This record gives sequence, C-alpha cells and structure tokens, in this order.
Amino acid sequence: MTIEKPKMDEGLRNELQKQGVFTTTLEGIYNWGRQNSVWPLQFGLACCAIEMIAASMARYDLARFGAEVFRPSPRQADLMIVAGTVTKKMAPQVVRLYNQMPEPKYVIAMGACAISGGPFKQGYNVLKGIDRYIPVDVHIPGCPPRPEALLHAFMTLQKKIENQPLTGANRPRHLQADAPSEFPVPKFGVHDLEPPSNPTVWQSPKMVRA
Amino acid sequence: MPGEYNPYLFIVVMVVAAIAFAFAPLLLAWLWARKFSPQKPGPDKNATYECGLESKGDAWIHFKSEYYLYGIIFLIFDVETIFLLPFAVAFTGLGAGAFIALVVFLLLLVWGLAWAWMKGVLTWR
Repeated sequence: MTIEKPKMDEGLRNELQKQGVFTTTLEGIYNWGRQNSVWPLQFGLACCAIEMIAASMARYDLARFGAEVFRPSPRQADLMIVAGTVTKKMAPQVVRLYNQMPEPKYVIAMGACAISGGPFKQGYNVLKGIDRYIPVDVHIPGCPPRPEALLHAFMTLQKKIENQPLTGANRPRHLQADAPSEFPVPKFGVHDLEPPSNPTVWQSPKMVRA
Repeated sequence: MPGEYNPYLFIVVMVVAAIAFAFAPLLLAWLWARKFSPQKPGPDKNATYECGLESKGDAWIHFKSEYYLYGIIFLIFDVETIFLLPFAVAFTGLGAGAFIALVVFLLLLVWGLAWAWMKGVLTWR
C-alpha cells in the first residue's frame, strides 16, 4: 500500500518561481543534498581502478558530481566502487569494508570482472560477481569501462538516489529499521568460499528451456 | 534599572547565539535520526577499521623505540649550529660575560654528545 503524498499545485509553484520563490519538499532537498555529495571509498582492485582514477582526474572531473572526495576510510564513504577483479581471497575483505560503511551506502560494480567474473569467470580463484554477497546498485559492463561509463553510472546512481522516498513502504533500505546493514562475510572453506553466495541478495538464475 | 543600556547584554546574546549555532545542527541531526533514519550498529561496523581485514592481537604491546637517541643527537648538533653561527659572527664584539655564558651552553651540549659517545650510540653496528 502506498500513501499518496500531498503535492503542491504545479501552477502555484510555477507562479511562485516566477516571483523568485522556490519551493521544495524535505524529501527533495534531502535527496538533492545526498545525490550531490556521494563520497566514494578509495578502493581499487585491478585495472578498472586506473579508469576510476582517470575519471576522478581533471580530464573527466568527477568533482562535477560532488564525488571527488575519495575517502580512505569506510567510515566516511557513501559509495563503494568495486573496480576490478574480486578474487575469492579478496571477497571477504570487500564484504567487510562494505559492512563497515555507514548507511546510506551504495555499490557500483565496475567492469566485467566485478559484475560477473569477466574473462576470469572460468578461473577457480575469481568470484563470479560481487553481487553474490552485497547488493549492487549500478552495474557497468566493459573491460575496462571507459571513464565516461563510470560517469554514466554515477548519474544513474544520482537518479536512483533522487527518487528514493523518505517515508512509506518503498523507502530505501537505510531508512528501514529492520533491513540489515551488514551482510554475512564469507569464510574460506576447503574448496570455495562458504557460503558461495548470499541467497538474500543473489539467487542463481533459473534456466528456462523452451 | 529598567530601560538602561547594559553593554554586557551583547556578550550574553553572543554566547547564547554561539551555543545555539553549535548545537542546533547536532540537535537537528539527532531529531532526523529519531524520525527517519534508524541506527544500525553491528559487529563489523563497530570493529576496528583495518583495511577490511580482521584486526588480530592486542594493540597494547611494548614497542621498543630507539629513535629518541637519534632525536637527542640531532638536537645537539642542530641547536649547536644555530647558536654557533651568530656567536662566530659577533665573536670579536662580545664581552667576557657573554663569552662565558655561551661556553657554558656549548659545554652542556658537548656533555650530551659525550654521554651519547660513551653509551656507544655513535658506533655503527
């Protein structure tokens, strides 16, 4: 059930705007502030990190989106850019860093490796996508994706943040008291990580035969 | 007296305004957290941050620091150089009192150097 929010009359709003009076909602200004100050975690895993660095430098200038402040501590970060191959040895650390980030937190899985294992998908030591353990907001394909692709992912994330309601049943995870903030950190098993995936965030795709 | 201008009133107003300015954002953040955004602490989140790895062992261990010796010797030579230069420049115009004072100062530093020498710090091992 969704509760219809009282909206301001569009005509009155336009009329006020002509007079230099701008109106907004608390939700709108909250999301506006959040979407323009997404601080990423300074965290690169492989070659995609080079593109991420390039995106933050002068030529592509991630600062235009208020996201140039790469934080070296998960305590201060809002966004985890999983930039590169997540090996099974690294996966517990990635999940733990994600757990240590304060809410609200977002994840961009950057590049073929981070979203699916990429060229190393058949390898015994590479995780086949970080979305098996943590909820990913934006996936970027590419090997590696160009900085423009990362900028597009940023803008996609900003649109997502902009549309997150502050109240109601559809409000995002960080505003719900019973939604988890930490996800189970996988352990090193005999042959594989245990568990091999987190069923609450990822299910193995069902094969449909025609 | 009623209606009289009290210059200290300004200070009181400023103090109240300053305190309100400092605490209002904290209060607003607290109210926001109460109304909208629930706190979600957890074992990982409350753990010591260490690059994603679990911290091992005790941080309260004895750590043998020998750097202080280098610090002391550096100080001896550094301070000596700083004071020796003006001493040398003004040497011909100095009175006996200033000369003795500086020699005593130099001897104090030489004493430190001799102590380090006797301790074997200057021997390269």
